[in-house]
Amino acid sequence: MNLILSIITDGVAFGMILFMISVGLSVTMGLMRVVNLAHGGFAMLGGALTHWAMMQMGIPFLPSAVLAILAVVVLSVPMERVLYRPIYKMGELPQVLATIGITFIMIAAISFWLGATLMPIPLPAVMQGSVDLGFRTLPTQRIYVVVVGLIVIGGLFFLTERTRFGIRLRAAVDHPGTASCLGIDTSRIFSLTFALGAGLAALGGIMGAELLPIDAYYPLRYMVLFLTVVAVGGLGSITGSFLAAMALGILDTAARYQFPEFGTIFFYVAMIVILGLRPQGLLGKA
Amino acid sequence: MKSLLPFALMALVAVVAFYAFPYNLAFLTRVVITMILVLSLDLLIGVTGIDTLGQAALYGTGAYAAGLFAVHVWADPVAGLLVGGLAGAVVAFVSGLLLMRTHGLTLLMLTIAVAEVFQELANKLDWLTGGADGLGGITMNPVFGTWQFDFIGQTGYIYAVCVLFIVTAILKVVIGSPFGLSLRGIKDSPARMRAIGTPVGRRRVAVYTLAGAVAGIAGALAAQSTALVSLSVYDFQVSAEAMIMLILGGTGRLWGALIGTAVFMAVHEVAASVDPFNWLFIIGFLVLAVVYAVPRGLIGLPEEIRRMVGRLK
Amino acid sequence: MTGLEVIGLNKAFGGLTVARDINITLAPGDRKALIGPNGAGKSTFTNLITGILEPTSGEIRLDGRDIGKLSEAQRVKAGIAKTFQITNLFKSLTVRDNLRLPLLERRGLTGRLIRRSDREGGVEDEVESLLSQFRLSDMGDRPVERLAYGQQRLVEMAMTLALKPRILILDEPAAGVPSSESPLIAEAISGLPQDLAVLVIEHDMALVFKVARRIVVLVSGAILTEGTPEEIAADARVRDLYLGASHG
Ligand SMILES: Nc1ncnc2c1ncn2[C@@H]1O[C@H](COP(=O)(O)OP(=O)(O)OP(=O)(O)O)[C@@H](O)[C@H]1O
Ligand SMILES: [Mg+2]
Repeated sequence: MNLILSIITDGVAFGMILFMISVGLSVTMGLMRVVNLAHGGFAMLGGALTHWAMMQMGIPFLPSAVLAILAVVVLSVPMERVLYRPIYKMGELPQVLATIGITFIMIAAISFWLGATLMPIPLPAVMQGSVDLGFRTLPTQRIYVVVVGLIVIGGLFFLTERTRFGIRLRAAVDHPGTASCLGIDTSRIFSLTFALGAGLAALGGIMGAELLPIDAYYPLRYMVLFLTVVAVGGLGSITGSFLAAMALGILDTAARYQFPEFGTIFFYVAMIVILGLRPQGLLGKA
Repeated sequence: MKSLLPFALMALVAVVAFYAFPYNLAFLTRVVITMILVLSLDLLIGVTGIDTLGQAALYGTGAYAAGLFAVHVWADPVAGLLVGGLAGAVVAFVSGLLLMRTHGLTLLMLTIAVAEVFQELANKLDWLTGGADGLGGITMNPVFGTWQFDFIGQTGYIYAVCVLFIVTAILKVVIGSPFGLSLRGIKDSPARMRAIGTPVGRRRVAVYTLAGAVAGIAGALAAQSTALVSLSVYDFQVSAEAMIMLILGGTGRLWGALIGTAVFMAVHEVAASVDPFNWLFIIGFLVLAVVYAVPRGLIGLPEEIRRMVGRLK
Repeated sequence: MTGLEVIGLNKAFGGLTVARDINITLAPGDRKALIGPNGAGKSTFTNLITGILEPTSGEIRLDGRDIGKLSEAQRVKAGIAKTFQITNLFKSLTVRDNLRLPLLERRGLTGRLIRRSDREGGVEDEVESLLSQFRLSDMGDRPVERLAYGQQRLVEMAMTLALKPRILILDEPAAGVPSSESPLIAEAISGLPQDLAVLVIEHDMALVFKVARRIVVLVSGAILTEGTPEEIAADARVRDLYLGASHG
């Protein structure tokens, strides 16, 4: 019983992290039909900048995290303009290649600046320890992760369902041709979405540093993990990403608890089965 | 006869390299083996338009199969190559039945996943594969019972070069055949291929199997020449770097695969020995330069330059 | 019966019904035209016949045999072929290679790994005769993507003829062909073997009246009427709906 609870709480927390990091990737990939392998780099940047601000500048956790996320958002805009724009029109192969190149440069830049060692992010006092729920105790950090995840989901739901930007965004994902005919400025929408996705990835990277430790090779190490969430969820689907992140998060956690000797094999087999049955992903369009 | 010219050039380069770098034969052998791997990828990506990031699954299985065959059955190198090729082909055929139904991101992800599953399996079956310690104890018999593998790696190099020649020649013939033409047709328009009566799915499985055999042969060569197979044969990096080398050289014409591999590995060797992180900078910028400036790869460079000069006039 | 028989064919995309209880026969020697306004469902109908799309319900029979379960490739082998309304060629390959592929495929040679693809005597003869029929001999070694659109349409037609089908469906073969070349299309259609069953979809009424002996009118996915060209030309509903619109 206790084990199942642990699996569920840790799995849900891991799923929330996966969702925060991957959702922007899913939407941008659905929007521009661009394969982006460098997205994990934004999560790494968020974590690395927070680590740097806290350890070297002595800034507390919360302002460090906020500054790091803002910095990532600000950086992502020119990156999108300069590096990504030219590859939208290219095939999938050059996109894979270019974004692998971008990943390499991010890794090299971070290790040049901060070294190739682990970059711990010390938790503030309020997030340490555990909370007693009466029937059992939970690590406080997990609760924070879940709460932040829920806020992000709520925010995204509000953004896509209730705002003009969201309506345009959905139109652009579902019918790119029609949307631009209707005078919707798809390239502006993409810039904004890209920046938002990068910011969320940074948030996920910071919140998830306990589970996915930050170092220079982070974008390469977890590249497949994030892309799996996108592919299994279905390109461009926020709900799909959420379902995929939760399912994969819980499955992976369960496998780690129950069959630690099998490593990540369950994760990949699950992905093969799901994509074998539904090549377009859980909620993707055929 | 014109088609023999590149082969003559290849032979010349191989001979010059042999005499120019007598103490780097192990590295040169690795380059030649990687060329075979990248050729197998060109058959998929360049010729047929099947974008995959899972070549390591085929390569690694060839390596383990050849290694185990040498340890437990027979240490004959040529027989080992055939076993490695067969293993690669079998894995490609079986996984291809599922993989070749998919396209785009899904295909990329599934091919990555298949390689990861194999890596985990090899790790798990440590009683057979040696797990994380790797599969050791491989000592090869002389090639054709005559040429002993030597310490400096002369035999190993010449042997690998011969295999490269044979593989390249076979692939040239295949690409020029009706089968090869149908592969190029699939790259341009699978929908039209179906409309002229080609069973596209089966054809894709067939070429994936053939590429599996070639990648398996490359893996077998690697196992034989290093006398060791480690879990890293299944690394994502193997697949990703093979793709980078292919695009760097230029796709679809085999020669690009050879040139891309040679340039990439030479740059790697020099840069990585200086500083591993600078190496990542260099390869990152190299890759971006290829995508943005010479999308058709180094093999398209002469034409690109000719066009630029033409525009200046 | 021999030939193609379509019985009660229906197709819907979500809520949009694009084929409504369609019944059509196409016997050897037939020269039928399928006309109808834009979006009537003509191309969809061809895709249902050739197996690109799966019908919601209905039957497709060839020589009395139900072919509804056959794959696209199997239907081609059974003798059904069509041209695409939007040119669909092997763009980076030469015109000759574009013609070789269907010819090799028809003879079951594309599984061959050894011989060169341009050394099959019988195939090469047919390539050359198709090239000269469509006046493409000069540009045989050019990649198709370098051809003018009108010439690409000719390649499209030549490729389909190379399959030697028994049931031939032409989806707007003359659309985009400059008027100087369009007689080649009409000529090619009139020159087809007499026992071939032909269904041609066209907006160009001059071509329709030149080649068709019967005309089927499709509106909103359903057959409005079928008759001889004279009957169709005299039909007030058709005139209102279709001819009226295009003749102002
Ligand atoms: N894959 C699809 N999904 C949804 N709707 C489709 C699809 N293909 C076609 N349609 C719709 O079905 C209807 C019929 O299209 P179709 O192309 O068959 O018309 P058509 O008669 O060939 O027109 P035209 O004369 O312009 O070629 C159109 O409204 C079209 O938008
Ligand atoms: Mg149409």
